[in-house]
Parts: sequence; C-alpha cells; structure tokens
Amino acid sequence: MKPPVIELRGVCASFRGQAVHRDLSLRVDEGQIVGLLGGSGSGKTTLLREILGLLRPESGSVHLFGVNLNDPDVRLQRDLRRRLGMLFQHGALFSALSVFDNIAFPLRELRCLDADWIRRLVHLKLAMVGLEAAHGKLMPAELSGGMVKRVALARALALEPELLLLDEPTAGLDPDRSQNFVELVGDLQRELGLTVVMVTHDLHTLAGLATHVAVLADQRIIAFGPKDEVMTVDHSFVTGFFGADRRKLL
Amino acid sequence: MSELPSLHAEPGRVVLSGCWTLAEMLPNMPALQAQLAACSATTKHWDLSAVTRLDSAAAVLLWRTWGSSWPASLAISDLHRQSLARVAELPVDIPEQTRPRRGFPEMVGALLLKAMANLRGMIVLFGQLLLDTAYLCRHPRDIPWKEFTANVYKAGAQALAVTALVGFLIGVTISYLSALQLKSFGADLFIVNILGISIIRELGPVLVAVLVAGRSGSAMTAQIGVMRVTEEIDALSTMGISRSIRVVLPKIFGLTVAMPLLVLWTSAVALFGGMLAALVQLDLSLIYFLENLPRAVPMANLVIGLCKGVMFGFVIAIVACHFGLHVKPNTESLSANTTSAVVTAITTVILVDAIFAIFTRQIGVPQL
Repeated sequence: MKPPVIELRGVCASFRGQAVHRDLSLRVDEGQIVGLLGGSGSGKTTLLREILGLLRPESGSVHLFGVNLNDPDVRLQRDLRRRLGMLFQHGALFSALSVFDNIAFPLRELRCLDADWIRRLVHLKLAMVGLEAAHGKLMPAELSGGMVKRVALARALALEPELLLLDEPTAGLDPDRSQNFVELVGDLQRELGLTVVMVTHDLHTLAGLATHVAVLADQRIIAFGPKDEVMTVDHSFVTGFFGADRRKLL
Repeated sequence: MSELPSLHAEPGRVVLSGCWTLAEMLPNMPALQAQLAACSATTKHWDLSAVTRLDSAAAVLLWRTWGSSWPASLAISDLHRQSLARVAELPVDIPEQTRPRRGFPEMVGALLLKAMANLRGMIVLFGQLLLDTAYLCRHPRDIPWKEFTANVYKAGAQALAVTALVGFLIGVTISYLSALQLKSFGADLFIVNILGISIIRELGPVLVAVLVAGRSGSAMTAQIGVMRVTEEIDALSTMGISRSIRVVLPKIFGLTVAMPLLVLWTSAVALFGGMLAALVQLDLSLIYFLENLPRAVPMANLVIGLCKGVMFGFVIAIVACHFGLHVKPNTESLSANTTSAVVTAITTVILVDAIFAIFTRQIGVPQL
C-alpha cells in the first residue's frame, strides 16, 4: 500500500493573529487531479505554500510521499523537493536568465546530465507547452503574460515531477490556450501518472481536468471528494461558486 | 516506486523493464548509460513492453541511444510510444546557444560607447531638470513639496548619526597622527591650521559625499529601478503625473539641499574630535583651539566646503537617478546599475573635487 502523495493533519496557520487554517486535514492519493476551490483570501495559496514547505504550519504535520516535511535530513528534503513541480501564480521566472536557461536550470543542478541531453530536454518541454525553439533566447521581461505561464509550466515539468502544484494555471490565458493547457496536463497525467493539485477559479479548467475537488472555507477543507459529489454539498460557498453552472458541469 | 529501471540484453534483443524516470535513473545513471551504449550498436530488437513508466528524460536518452531514429523492431505500449514520438518530432539540428566572444579592442570600444551613452543620458536628465524647473517656476502649485521634504529628511536627517560617527573618528585619527609629527618639530600650535583647513575645505565634503553616495545614492537607484521593474513608473505616467517632477526632481533638489548641511555638521563633529585628540595628545586647551580657528582658517574655506557640498549632492543624485531610470526589468540589471551608480558617483565626486582644487588654489590659503 503506497502512502498518500499529500497528507496534511490538523494544520493550523495564522497571519498577524488572524487564523487562516484551523485544524485543516487533507489527503491526496496518487493519480488524483485535485481542484482546490475557495473564496478570495481563504488561504488557498497559503495551503500550497504549506505543501511546498515554504511556510511551516504552527501545528499539525505535512507529509509528502509519506515523508515528513520537517524531517531534518537535508538530502532527504532535497530529493523530496525534486519530486514536485510548482507553477507560481505570476510565473516566478528567474528574470536574469533566458527562457532556455530558466528551464535548463533545475536540470543542470542535477549535475548528472550532459549538455546535449539538457538541450534536447529543454526543447522538448518548450514544444510540450506549445513554444518554439526560437523562444528560448528571449528574456522573461520580453514575454507576454500567457507565455510566462507556459514557460513556468515547462520549468515546473523539467524535473519530471510526480506531484505538480499549480496556482491559477489558466488565469490570464485566452480560452483556446486554456483548453490546450487542460489537454496538455491531462495527457501528462495519463502518461506519467502525475498527481496534480491546482488552485483555480476557472470552471472550464476545473470541469476539464479535475477528478477531485477540495473546497476551502471557514479555515478548513469543508468538502473533499469526486467532482460531482462535491457539487451537491450544501454550503453557501459551494452553491454560490457553482451557481447556475452546477447542472452544466455534471 | 520500487521498480528500478533495468536492462536485460539477450543476443539480438534488449528487454527494458521497470520505471524509467529521471528520479529512478539518477542514482545509477553512469551504469545505465554505459549499458545502453553497449547495446545500441548491435541490437535491432527492443522490447519496452515491461516498462511501467517512461518520462521524457528517459525518452530522450533512448532516442539518443538509437541514433535519432526508430529501431527496426520495437515492442512498446501506445502510451510510451507517444512520449517517444514527442522526442522524434523535435527538429534534428537544434541550434546551439552561443554568445559571440569579444576581443579586447571590442571590449574597450563597448565600454567607451557605454560611457558616452551614460554621459548623454545624464545630460538629457539635466536638460529635463532645467525644463521642469522652468515649468515649476511658472506653476508653483505643482511643486512637489512633500516629496522634496521627505527626501531631505531621508538623505539628510537620517544620515546625521552615521556621518557624525565617521567624522568624529576621522577627526581624532588625523589630529592624533599630525600631533605626533608636529611635536617632533615643536610646531604644536599648527595643529589648528592643519585640522581647520584640511577638514573644512577637503575632508568634510569628500567624506560626506562618499558616505551619502553609498547610503542615499544606492537607495535612489534601487528605488527608481524597482519602480521600473514593477511598472510603477508607467502607472504614474498613465495618471498624468510626470515621473521627472514627482520622482527625479525632488530627489535631486533634496540631496542638493541636504548635502551642504551634512557637510557643515560632519566638519563640525570632525573638528570636535580633532580638538579632543589635541587636548589629550598636545595639551592644547579647547578655548585656545576655538579662539585660533578663525584666524588660521579664512572664511573662504568654509564657503568652498559648502559649495563642494552643493555640487557633490547634485552630482550624486543625478548619477543615481540616471542609473535608476535605465534599469532593465530584471534582477541582474538592477544590481549592476546600483553598483554602477555608486562607483560612478564616487568617481565623479573625486573628479569634481580635483577640478575645484585647481580653480580655487589661490583662494582661502593663508599666506605666511
């Protein structure tokens, strides 16, 4: 029996005395694509940061692949980080490096792959996210908003992560691109058995991609389960969010 | 994740099994690469049907092993064939990323051109400043008093402590070292002349300029630079607010006003330090020192010192603003421009100081 990919138990977090998470628990198993929903300021990004280990919860524990995030073993921590990829909301590309170098950076850090291998891999990732080889020379400042998203996704995928965290992946993309993105992540998930957790407000992304939905409200996960089950939950946020679209999504 | 990638070679046939992913391959990468390379030349039949996972890193590795073409016979699941097909679709001759190497003459030329561009930029900024000043004279309501006073406070009032500390220590040091020399000549009383002239005319202004260039100059470049990176400057423009009047002009005038005041303060503290050291080392009373200071140091020296303060403040601010406005939207450029701003400001200050020394060589030096 494999351990769950993500397991949060009794997590509490607060900012300036104001509770963001109170006794929050979540368990994500391998191969699930979880859409994380919640109102603005409900602590979705905070939850992602806790999963990434960027923010240490005040109490409770976070386990990834069965390993505690607070384990003191540095090598274990590093190997753990290599198994997950994160797409930040605003890309968080290294502004001093070109697109090519941004994607090649994590690969070079492995100190195991030769230059030709890295070059092919980078161009493969660029092609995967629908960019051309010529785009590799551009600097992040020269990219449009949608391109930044795609380069950031290519970088998040560089290390072939088993767990992919996406913060608003399709916000700011046109519907066409957003559809491509959904198909791309779906394909990758099928090929590699990825586990995906994404924060999104976009109903189409949610409908097209997510297998499971977690709803964050009142400082905890109020509902988690397969998409259609969660939509029937009777909570003011859920009814408000899906609203009239509830039928259409089903 | 227990199935390690493994490779089993039979005569004329290679069987791959397990989990071919980057994470699983990493621990014994060299061995796997060597095994693959050994098989690549002779084998025509590849059996990948027992592979549970195949990520793109492994796909690239296999594709390379096969010499960028499909092997004669290949048993593989459709899903994994798809990831290999992605690699196969890549253009064969991916252009290598190369940066042109530059020879020494080219580097010198580029440096010279850059210096010229910076000089030009500063002249443009100066011209803009003149135009803005003319505009503000006609429209006094638009004068940004708040920003101006904020800059005087930040660059002046908040720098009082650090300039006093440094000035005091320098005063003590110079007084102490000079006293040792003067004592051996029996010319103890000349300590007043040495300290007075050197600190008021030369050391005070230059010392403050170096401190302020490091403290306020870098802060100005970084602030304007970050405003450019985050497009705040553009946001200002869209609101119809002139960036030169709101951002640049108050900084330049603020520092130009604050600098002579700082020079006065630092020179005073440095002289005080020198007086104390003279008292300890030469037994020269404070009253004697103060009484003789006006006689030893003509008024012109103070005026020269304060004029230098005004000039230095102006130069530091204009250099800092120029480099801040030319930050490109990335972190590397921000750090490079902040460094350039401080280095250029200090160098220019020393240059201006030398020019001052030449043109004022007849003024304020008591003739014996």
